[in-house]
Amino acid sequence: MTMTMTSIMLVDDEVPFVETMTKRLAKRGFSVVGAFSGYEAMEKLESDRMIDVVILDVKMPGMDGINALKEIKGKFPLVEVIMLTGHATVESAIDGMKLGAFDYLMKPCDMAQLLSKIQEAKDKKIAHEEKIREAKIKELSSKFD
Amino acid sequence: MKAKPDKDHRYYRALMRKIVVLMICISIIPFVSIGGVTIYYYTQSSKDNTIVYLESIVNKHKIYIDNFLNEKLADIQTLSDSLTIEELLDDSLLQKRLEILQKRYRDFVDLGIVDKRGYQQAYAGPFKLEDARYSDSDWFRKAMKQDFFVSDVFLGLRGLPHFIIAINKRDDEGKVWIIRSTIDIERFTSLVENITIGKTGHAFILNRNGDFQTKPRFRRGENFPSVNEFINKLSSSTEVSIIENKKKSGQRVIYAISYLKDEKWLLVCQQDSADAFSSLYYVRRLVVLISFVSFFSVLIISFFLAKRLVGRMETADLERAKMHEQVIETGKLASIGELAAGIAHEVNNPVAIMVEEAGWIEDLLEEEEFHKSDNLDEFKRALKQVRAQGARCKQITHKLLSFARKTHSQLSDLQLNELIEEVVGLCQRTARYSNIKIETELHSCLPAITASPSEIQQVLLNLVNNAIDAIGKKGGTVKISTGMDNRCAVIDVSDTGCGIHEAYVQRIFDPFFTTKPVGKGTGLGLSICYGIIDKMGGSISVNSAVGKGTTFHVQIPISQRENKV
Repeated sequence: MTMTMTSIMLVDDEVPFVETMTKRLAKRGFSVVGAFSGYEAMEKLESDRMIDVVILDVKMPGMDGINALKEIKGKFPLVEVIMLTGHATVESAIDGMKLGAFDYLMKPCDMAQLLSKIQEAKDKKIAHEEKIREAKIKELSSKFD
Repeated sequence: MKAKPDKDHRYYRALMRKIVVLMICISIIPFVSIGGVTIYYYTQSSKDNTIVYLESIVNKHKIYIDNFLNEKLADIQTLSDSLTIEELLDDSLLQKRLEILQKRYRDFVDLGIVDKRGYQQAYAGPFKLEDARYSDSDWFRKAMKQDFFVSDVFLGLRGLPHFIIAINKRDDEGKVWIIRSTIDIERFTSLVENITIGKTGHAFILNRNGDFQTKPRFRRGENFPSVNEFINKLSSSTEVSIIENKKKSGQRVIYAISYLKDEKWLLVCQQDSADAFSSLYYVRRLVVLISFVSFFSVLIISFFLAKRLVGRMETADLERAKMHEQVIETGKLASIGELAAGIAHEVNNPVAIMVEEAGWIEDLLEEEEFHKSDNLDEFKRALKQVRAQGARCKQITHKLLSFARKTHSQLSDLQLNELIEEVVGLCQRTARYSNIKIETELHSCLPAITASPSEIQQVLLNLVNNAIDAIGKKGGTVKISTGMDNRCAVIDVSDTGCGIHEAYVQRIFDPFFTTKPVGKGTGLGLSICYGIIDKMGGSISVNSAVGKGTTFHVQIPISQRENKV
């Protein structure tokens, strides 16, 4: 596991958006997985444990962004989620953040902004994992004491 | 639109007519029926009373006159019974007897004894009638056939009106003699002529031939029913009959008639109807007058009442229609807002994709092979433009969405004045750039309002920015003042700008309505302001004069929390 390679999953029901975004992010050195619904996102997260950050559209048919977020946070608490909203109503984004989303962005989003948010999320995740690892080490060492 | 007020007008006129007619009917019908019944029975009883009165007078006088005649007859009868013919033929004795009679009654004028041939054999009285001959007289012939006889009034030998009482008497030898007495008509007639009833009522006596036995008080030429008419009407000797007749002048006259003197004479009492029923006619006139006065007052009152009532209804209807219009207007705004939000949502995604695709092309242009392309700069410029326009779309859709936003923002107690100072600070730079002065005139002790600060800020910013835009580059003044009015905080934002054309004033709060050039305004600012203020239970209105400037009035209720719950 390298520090530079960040694995991203992009979830949106708009296929062209996901495809283009995937290409653009891949060009910037990210490993990107696309998903077109909440269910697909859950399946792919199951199979690909390397994903660090999920970029999740709030408004989707079937399982919407908020429900998907709940599932992701329930099953994979370490994965960071950035909400993508078409709403000017920040409320759903705020709801999302209350449920554990890292941040939100408004569509159409600025690439630079998106990249910085992804980086922050990744950093947070690494810091988090670091803490867990340290805690484990402490636990192990205490066993040996 | 023009036909509608006319139709309404007709409707209200018809309504008013109906109300007036109904009110008149309700007040007049009982009035007329009660009045009618009362008048009918009053007339009946009054007429009956008058007729009974007339009848009683006639009856009384009939008895009176009959008694008078019977008395005279009885006196002569007594004379005849108490003396023999021989004694009666003595003039001096006869004279003495006359004096005795005259002592009791002045009515006896003379006494005479007539033999069966008609020669007067003895006489006592003021006239020299000792040798008078009555053989050809009508009374004499009639008297010869009866035991006693009372004649009609006639002129007689002396040419004076009088009547005669005659008694048949037989002497010892069986010869028939007649004792006669002349009765002075004066006292007799005064009995009848003194009868007066009301102003026009008087009485007279007729014989069966229709000759007057007393002097009637008629004016000459008055038509008068024939005696046969009276006789036909009378069936028995004791009854009093009533006849109504019309005079030439059209006046109605009432006659009360009764027989006298064994049905030989008729006593007639005559009175004008108008006089007899004067009190009745007076009451009738009074009732008619009162009826007319009441009818007209009812008419006038009901007219005015109906007018007032219909006027009130009209204003109420107008107000309701206006309110209805406002409700529709608000509903329209809301539905347009929702529609706009839906569209914004749908537009947002394709725009996002377009922007991303443009970004992808930009990414690709970074690669080596394209650096040699001549049109690289042109590609880059075009892509930048796509991105810029995408951002513009984003701005529009986000504004639209904020316009349609339904959830409440966080409410807190706000000092409007502070907020205004903040907004003025924000706008000051733009304003100075356009040579515009922003003045504030703030109410010093304005109570706090309960609202979302960001929303109020949005409203204020919008209004101030609009004011600055309206003034443009030529410079001017924007004035913001606050005040209190009837439990509302009032904010007035006025400018000295170009003003709003009258035709547009109605529409400035409609979404997408803008007078700014393409690309400058979305037409949503004021709709959003309207939505925010309306949601708070306040109101926003505008006064504008082209060329002079525009003033926006915003009213926000102070105790909003109490109102909302």
